[in-house]
Amino acid sequence: MKKPELIILAGSAGSFKIIFEIIRKLPKQFQIPVLVVIHRGKEKNNNIEEILSKTSNLIVKQVSDKDEIEKGIIYLAPPDYHLLVEKDKVFSLDISEPVMFSRPCIDITFESAADVYKKGIMAFLFSGANKDGAKGLLKIKNQGGFSYVQHPIDAEVDTMPLAAIELNACTEILHTKEIEALILSFS
Amino acid sequence: MDGIKNKDVEGLKFEELTEIVELVRNIHEFDFSNYSNASLKRRFERLLISNHWDIIDLKTKITNEPKFLDFLIREITVNVTEMFRDPDFYNSLILNVLPYLESYQRIKVWNAGVSSGEELYSFTILFKDSNLYKKSFFYGTDINTKVLEVAKNGIYPIKTMKLFAESYTKTNLKSSFSEYFTTEYQHSIINSELKKNCLFSVHNLISDSVFNEFQLVSCRNVLIYFDQELQLKVVNLLIDSLCLFGFLCLGSKEVIRNPEALIRLKVIDSKQNIYQKIK
Repeated sequence: MKKPELIILAGSAGSFKIIFEIIRKLPKQFQIPVLVVIHRGKEKNNNIEEILSKTSNLIVKQVSDKDEIEKGIIYLAPPDYHLLVEKDKVFSLDISEPVMFSRPCIDITFESAADVYKKGIMAFLFSGANKDGAKGLLKIKNQGGFSYVQHPIDAEVDTMPLAAIELNACTEILHTKEIEALILSFS
Repeated sequence: MDGIKNKDVEGLKFEELTEIVELVRNIHEFDFSNYSNASLKRRFERLLISNHWDIIDLKTKITNEPKFLDFLIREITVNVTEMFRDPDFYNSLILNVLPYLESYQRIKVWNAGVSSGEELYSFTILFKDSNLYKKSFFYGTDINTKVLEVAKNGIYPIKTMKLFAESYTKTNLKSSFSEYFTTEYQHSIINSELKKNCLFSVHNLISDSVFNEFQLVSCRNVLIYFDQELQLKVVNLLIDSLCLFGFLCLGSKEVIRNPEALIRLKVIDSKQNIYQKIK
């Protein structure tokens, strides 16, 4: 399998633990930029960056506006902003209205990343309690990217993966262990 | 219906966006070309979907409707704002900025990209609470005339005021939030005392220039909609609008990257993105 240019890990309720585990296992020489988009309240889990920084072998950074997307960095979408990808591979932030009560909205990030990276993108949608992410994942799939969904059986809350499956938005449904193995195979 | 659904997923192409932007510039002399492309594209896509238009419909309207620009600015620019968004920002102002401003005889504040006025009124409350209001004057500017009307009226739905009240309790202001407005039916009206020292007017950060000298300029979460080239131009305009040792506030996720702009500033609070002009 060809190495993707950008990996996106996205989810909501029940996704943090598994995303955290994956990031913890990424080795120092991991050469693909990783973007994490998790729904979180304005203040809740405000120390996610700190927790991840302590355990990760890679640099963990909360995205600032117009940050360049570089390999070797784990990017986290900041709370209370939508996060988009620009043509020249920099991030843009946006505070327009929440979508499906969510800001960041996963669909927005997926869709704009698909526009720029096309086939070069590999996205994973994990556990969550609403339907955000499905539409964006479909766009990634339609643009030739890899779109994976966590197996609903493995998901703490299966609404999010089920919505993506219902929309036929994923190239494959994977168990948590398989997702880990796939990402680590690019080390 | 199918067509719409499909557009919904696939969206506009970047080339189509460029065509639209050029058309708007040629016909209406308004330039979106240095706006953040991804955001701008999404706003145009939303516009098409919500009105059930295709790109031809949009182009026809741009070409044939003289007043279409006003509508476009309203729909395309983001006008989301809150009172006391980021309570810690206001706490930092109390701690780091207000004691300094106190030494001025007159304080002029500019809220660039004021939208519907929530942030500017938060500033007036902050200044009132710190006994600086009487000697201060507040300018709120935007390109969107419709939201400026809302700002002037200072009438907000009670539902959103409740959310603002939650943020307010996280600030270190001494007074009670409810002192500053009266509530009738489903709306809260900002007290006329707080409106007295405010002026709202049209100003375009892209094409207009410095119009006054300020002790405090706040432009939070406006630069994110511009590309880096335009951001620098606007940052220079903001700095030029400050008196020496005046303060500049940007959104907490906005970054000044240009060394020539940075050299004119001293960082006062890196987390809340507050600067002081030093040259």
